[in-house]
Amino acid sequence: METITKFKSIFYGVPMAGWLLGAFTAVMLEYFLGDPISYLFDLPKIPVLFGALFVLKHPLMIPSIIGYDIVIYILPILLVAKITAPLTNALASVLEKTPLWLSTIIHLCLFYGIIDTWSGINDYRLLVVKLTMISIILTVSLNVINGYQGEFSCSHPGFMALGAYASSTITLLFFANDKIFGAALLPAAWGPWAFPFAIIAGGAVAAIGSLVVAIPSFRTRGDYLAIISLAFMFIVKSAIENMEIIGGPRGMSSQPNYASLPVVFFWTIVCIWTIHNFVTSVMGKTLNAVRDNEPAADSMTVNTRKTKMTAFMFGAFWAGVAGGLFAHVLRYVNPSTFGLQKLAEILAMVYFGGLNSIYGSIVGAVSINVLGEALRPLELFKWIVIPLILILVMIFRPYGLISFTEINMKKMLRPKNK
Amino acid sequence: MPPLLSVKAMTHYFGGLCAVKNYNLTIKPGQIIGLIGPNGAGKTTIFNLITGVHTPTEGTIELEGRDIVGMKTHKIASLGLGRTFQNLLLWRHMNVLDHVRIAHYSQLKYGLFGAFFGSPRRKSQEAEIEENSHRLMKLFNIDQFADQTVVNLPYGAQRRVEMARAMATRPKILFLDEPTAGMTPDELVHMVKIIRQVHEDFGVAIFLIEHRMKFVMELCEYVQTLVFGEIIAEGPPEEIQHNPDVIEAYLGKEDLT
Ligand SMILES: Nc1ncnc2c1ncn2[C@@H]1O[C@H](COP(=O)(O)OP(=O)(O)OP(=O)(O)O)[C@@H](O)[C@H]1O
Ligand SMILES: [Mg+2]
Repeated sequence: METITKFKSIFYGVPMAGWLLGAFTAVMLEYFLGDPISYLFDLPKIPVLFGALFVLKHPLMIPSIIGYDIVIYILPILLVAKITAPLTNALASVLEKTPLWLSTIIHLCLFYGIIDTWSGINDYRLLVVKLTMISIILTVSLNVINGYQGEFSCSHPGFMALGAYASSTITLLFFANDKIFGAALLPAAWGPWAFPFAIIAGGAVAAIGSLVVAIPSFRTRGDYLAIISLAFMFIVKSAIENMEIIGGPRGMSSQPNYASLPVVFFWTIVCIWTIHNFVTSVMGKTLNAVRDNEPAADSMTVNTRKTKMTAFMFGAFWAGVAGGLFAHVLRYVNPSTFGLQKLAEILAMVYFGGLNSIYGSIVGAVSINVLGEALRPLELFKWIVIPLILILVMIFRPYGLISFTEINMKKMLRPKNK
Repeated sequence: MPPLLSVKAMTHYFGGLCAVKNYNLTIKPGQIIGLIGPNGAGKTTIFNLITGVHTPTEGTIELEGRDIVGMKTHKIASLGLGRTFQNLLLWRHMNVLDHVRIAHYSQLKYGLFGAFFGSPRRKSQEAEIEENSHRLMKLFNIDQFADQTVVNLPYGAQRRVEMARAMATRPKILFLDEPTAGMTPDELVHMVKIIRQVHEDFGVAIFLIEHRMKFVMELCEYVQTLVFGEIIAEGPPEEIQHNPDVIEAYLGKEDLT
């Protein structure tokens, strides 16, 4: 234990910029030397997810995988972070004097460079990264409703479906030659420029659809939301299944390839940014007031009904955006995707990560996604391991891993040498 | 001067139970009025009726000449009725500063766009709100707890959080439901001082429910006595204190001192 603390204390002086630089070095190293080093360790190719998948199939290769991870990731990150600390601290001090948004953008660019390089190794990684970011959007937005506002909504897959179908309809109708809508109506070159509008339209359709749940549920005090929202999810699913015009149970396919990594990254950042802004504003804090004591909120001039409706529609909007991105990442959707299993996944990410915390939701989405991918070879057993972990978290941390904590960019990016 | 608040012939039934019967009240700007009465007399119910938590079965309530019967609670609150609660309705996961900040809700000048994208107007207004919140927290002597979760505070401090929060809504009349319940004698003396100061600094009228006669004597210029939903006596506190009906009904045979 003591050695661990000692070891950790060596790295207290490393700022965020230092860690990012270390990670960047590691992914660059893998990009250029990954193949030879993996052969050195007797591995057939670069392990896709730090070797997690590979290890489950070939347990004898555990030492090789550990060796590879140490050489490619752990050593470079730690060494570079530590050695460059004086430099990165100086950089952080300079950035600290610039506006916070500028320094945030610079860090985000570096971070983007890391994931872009890492996921450039193969398509599987790219897909995992994109789906993880979509999960972050879903989790953070559901946290607004289930965490910040303390309701229990089950309709996120339904909102996702609305967004996915609405945005797919737009892109397929105007910019793609496909089976359902026929030839493209507009030149395909316009497509990428119109894509943001298609995504926003998907979010808007989801937000409008959410009124179907919100109006009856928030009319009276009481816990109807869970049931109404669950019903809504099933209604959306079977409605789509029965609408031949949008593909019925077979779904929609051949969406244009607009959801590239930078696009998905952009929307994820915008989602986190706006939700963070909202929940830290006085207006957004009223969600907590409504959750913790509604009559008191009422007596303190808070329009509780408006607050609930706003938060619910806002959450639904982002679920719709996530759905739109999802459809264009997979370039295929069908209604059965948006059922109970999706709901269970999203709920698990929210409650595992932590209520009332964007930070927690990001951690929850990333860990459940990576865990889900890593345990994929276990097939069905995956659905025993993940719930078990969830139960353990619920026992020891009833509000989730990281709850009631807000992102503090200033603190996160500041130099650590003082 | 026209009255701030005027309640006329207000009656309320909970099912068959007549909780308040033919109740009348006039509050002029700057007055401090007390409402006393035994447990279950209907005092809190009167607060809830005026603040719109319940709608009275009969009667009129006018705030600055405006009929507020049937209006939503938050609307009435933003028109200038601030209140505290007898059994402390605080937001348990929230720190003290946020309590006071949120109570500025009806004064917000930015919309959803500002909330989502952090407009300059939002930034400047939230800075103002924060400053004002700190001023209020200092006044109520809870500034040192600003970033502590409210459930970790001592009881007396929690009561003061409720008052600071109510004052942040910029009330014209402040309703206090047993502001000294559960307080030590020291805290009680302090509370009298605070209420006086709030009254002077903000010129707010105060309507308070209280059990401790000494407290009522010291603060109120007018006292109503409620028994089983009916006013049995009202007038200046010295009169009420010696009114035989009040002594009889309110405290058994003891003298009210
Ligand atoms: N929401 C309600 N529904 C039904 N009955 C109620 C309700 N609120 C209060 N009552 C009843 O109305 C009567 C008056 O209650 P109230 O709380 O106003 O008394 P109080 O004077 O504030 O007493 P205390 O000194 O104990 O606070 C009681 O008999 C109570 O049971
Ligand atoms: Mg009472």
